[in-house]
Amino acid sequence: MARTATAPGAPTTKLGTTAAELDDRLVISGWLRRTMNKVYPDHWSFLLGEIALYSFIVLLLSGTYLTLFFDASMREVAYAGSYAPLRGVEMSAAYDSALRLSFDVRGGLFMRQLHHWAALLFVSSIVVHLLRIFFTGAFRRPRETNWTIGVVMLVLALLMGVTGYSLPDDLLSGTGLRIISAILLSIPVVGTWVHFAIFNGPYVGESIIGRFYIAHVLLIPAILLALIALHLIILVKQKHTQFPGPGRTEHNVVGNRLFPTFAAKATGLVFLVFGVSAALGGLVQINPIWLWGPYNPAQVSSASQPDWYIGFLDGSTRLFPAWDMNLPGNYTIPALFWPTVVIAGAMFTVLALYPVIERKLTGDTASHHLLQRPRDVPVRTALGAMALTFYTVLWISGGNDVIALKFDISLNAMTWVGRIGMIVLPPIAYVIAYRICLGLQQHDREVLEHGIETGVIRRLPNGEFIEVHQPLGPVDEHGHGELAYGGAPVPKKMNQIGGARRAIRGFFSPTENPAQVELEQRAEDRGLAAAEGDRELTSSGRPSEGGRPSDGGRPQEPRD
Amino acid sequence: MNTHDTRPGSTGGADTPGPLHGGPDEDYTPEQLAAMSLDELDRLGARYDGVEIMHVEPGPEPGSPLEKRAVRQIGTVFTLAGLCAFASVVIYAGSGWFLPTWQWSVSESGWSAIFTPLVGALFGAAMILVGVGLVLYTKKLLPHETAVQDKHDASAFDRATAGATLVRTAHNSGLARRKLITRSLAFMGGGLGLMLIMPLGGLIKNPNTGDPLGTTPWKQGVRLTRLDGSPIRPGDQEPGSLETVFPAVPGGNRAANAATMLIRLRPEQVAANRPRPGQGNLGYGDYVAYSKICTHAGCPVSLYEQETSRILCPCHQSQFDVTQGAKPVFGPASRPLPQLPITVDASGYFVARSDYLEAVGPTYWNRRRI
Ligand code: HEM
Ligand code: FES
Repeated sequence: MARTATAPGAPTTKLGTTAAELDDRLVISGWLRRTMNKVYPDHWSFLLGEIALYSFIVLLLSGTYLTLFFDASMREVAYAGSYAPLRGVEMSAAYDSALRLSFDVRGGLFMRQLHHWAALLFVSSIVVHLLRIFFTGAFRRPRETNWTIGVVMLVLALLMGVTGYSLPDDLLSGTGLRIISAILLSIPVVGTWVHFAIFNGPYVGESIIGRFYIAHVLLIPAILLALIALHLIILVKQKHTQFPGPGRTEHNVVGNRLFPTFAAKATGLVFLVFGVSAALGGLVQINPIWLWGPYNPAQVSSASQPDWYIGFLDGSTRLFPAWDMNLPGNYTIPALFWPTVVIAGAMFTVLALYPVIERKLTGDTASHHLLQRPRDVPVRTALGAMALTFYTVLWISGGNDVIALKFDISLNAMTWVGRIGMIVLPPIAYVIAYRICLGLQQHDREVLEHGIETGVIRRLPNGEFIEVHQPLGPVDEHGHGELAYGGAPVPKKMNQIGGARRAIRGFFSPTENPAQVELEQRAEDRGLAAAEGDRELTSSGRPSEGGRPSDGGRPQEPRD
Repeated sequence: MNTHDTRPGSTGGADTPGPLHGGPDEDYTPEQLAAMSLDELDRLGARYDGVEIMHVEPGPEPGSPLEKRAVRQIGTVFTLAGLCAFASVVIYAGSGWFLPTWQWSVSESGWSAIFTPLVGALFGAAMILVGVGLVLYTKKLLPHETAVQDKHDASAFDRATAGATLVRTAHNSGLARRKLITRSLAFMGGGLGLMLIMPLGGLIKNPNTGDPLGTTPWKQGVRLTRLDGSPIRPGDQEPGSLETVFPAVPGGNRAANAATMLIRLRPEQVAANRPRPGQGNLGYGDYVAYSKICTHAGCPVSLYEQETSRILCPCHQSQFDVTQGAKPVFGPASRPLPQLPITVDASGYFVARSDYLEAVGPTYWNRRRI
């Protein structure tokens, strides 16, 4: 395409010509515009996945730094670094290099701690993100694929954590490694073969740190990166889900365009995630490996705890009774197999298949782009509460020795509490959650029918006292609201429907003229009186039909 | 469609360009576009992408007190971020130069103790402030717009045409008819697949060759030594005490499964002692030796509670009773800790009479067979 300087619309600034030069070569402006115009819904819970993504980036950066100094070898060396208490002690080169990272590399301790904190943040945000997806029904068709990818990424994240934690080869990580070895051995039939394939022989051998290292810095991160890319491509293709609300339908997305609002906020979040990990990495000590000492199979530090995300496995292992199964032919299925391989395997399998299970149970195969409020799907919410309770009992039992010590309870009692709790508490949680959902639903309907309690008490001519209710919309001849519930939050306080004026801005002294604000609000038709007049409650909410999408601060109206 | 010349040997003949890539250039001449304002162009493009800008709340008015305040605030935040960043660099680079050295000594006090927290806190604060500044900027200074974008279902046209291209090729390939080819392809695929994962065979080792899981460095005549290598005689320990011992072979004190507990029972424990059937005489006098490797998941059992004669494993709280042949009495472990047969050699030091009579450590599938 030939351009001349005089062509209409031709760029005149230096930046403009550069951009035009670029576009001449790459033909990229159409794609760029589409990308920048893409609309993203605005809800805090949508940030959770982003936090996971950004902490992964922090992990990539800090982890790569660590590889510059870390030596993944189990060769025996005598420590000669600057941490005096361990000088001269025999240890593996891995532990030696992790100590050097902590004491002899300028800023190395900061990077190690930053890496560890970012790892905790990474797994935590994945889990909370997953809960958000679960309880709002965002995994329903067409997003089952992304749900499954998400579960796989969670498992990989746990594997990253386990392999990473094992690398420094200190006493604590060695204890973890020993348990991993026992879990592998416990697998029926092939267990010993699998163990020998992974450890290159019996426990502990000389290979495992090197193998975990390559898994930790190359294999699993590469798979994770590919899955993250796939996750995001599918997300962009399918577009985000959104909570129901005015103007929001199954066929649109209401929110901010990528550029500039979403991009600016997302960039801000990158810095926040990095900053929080860095501040924690500097200020809060984590995994002080020099205190644990080098690994020795004959030693253990008491009250040793794994990182939080492995705690549930530790708990299930503690609670499961000593039921070795002796099979004919002198074969054994060790008790350890059930609480580790089977329970964890079952948990993640059910999790991964949940969308399919729910589809089968409800027969709902339609596509959904609008989210559900947890209260509107009591069975799913109650199932989630049940699963969470089960998980929490296991998790707490993972630290039952610490609790027993702190509160002076007998350990055996704690174990029994856990054993009984893990069976009895989940159904109770199910019933309670189910009841709460129904109660909340009912309250929503009540407010829609009778209006919001205003707190104004009026005395009727016959002497009866009544509380005045503010209807949310048009009412029928009995004074009952005619609004149907649309899946969006129902306002329950007068302030939520503009009963109060907006606050005057300014922290120490007002930066606005109150009278001016008052006028502005009148002009904008805000406030209670205005809200009663023009409501678009009967339209579909589709922008083309004049519906008005919500913008945060405005009174929230149920859709349709 | 432009018509390229396709005669053999032709370089293309008259090469006329097709329509421009992307947007609806036929509908808008460059002159029209040049005459539109930035806002109009922005909305035009958005609409073309299926995005409708529903509502715009403009940012604060230029020059208004609200704007000035916000600008001051955000400017301060960014400046502070820069300050923190520079300070972090100064501390990082200056330690050991014009600041005290950063390296830890044993004392863990003074500058070296606050070096990492300081660098980290300033580093983190700088990043957090940049984030806060960006968020404040979007919240306080940028216009807030609410946009709606249409979501489209799959196009039947795309589906039909793309499907046709695929199915047509499948027909043309004739794979459905040409059975020999499909069969040979399946055969080939199987072979290649196997061949590609074949090298993983290098990982496989037979766990049963030489019974590595069932043997430890202990054997007849090997002395029981402490971590520092010193041998032990009867009477070195008080009754009721426990000592971790290792086989006196090279590397014995680091061997994964060799760690053993040498326990001297108190008289009342001796009286109450009920060893496992058939293992009554593995001890020596009031001494017994049990494997330290937990039969549950292999942690070293470590806490010995004399009054109850119980040994506790810190990993999952299994408890073993030393007066009952180290039988598990609570927790997830299912097997007793194996007992090491011991005696005293000619010079009066403890030695093993043989290796353990069974595999030590966690249970596995064919443990009882070897
Ligand atoms: C994806 C998530 C990741 C997680 C959850 C994770 C987790 C961990 C954990 C918990 C540790 C132990 C830290 C400690 O010493 O206290 C660790 C160590 C390590 N990680 Fe990662 N990591 C991840 C990604 C990476 C990546 C991408 C790399 C490199 C490219 C990496 C390189 C390392 C190295 C070299 C160590 C050993 C250094 C040391 O412990 O001193 N990590 N990781
Ligand atoms: S390893 Fe000893 S109880 Fe689990």
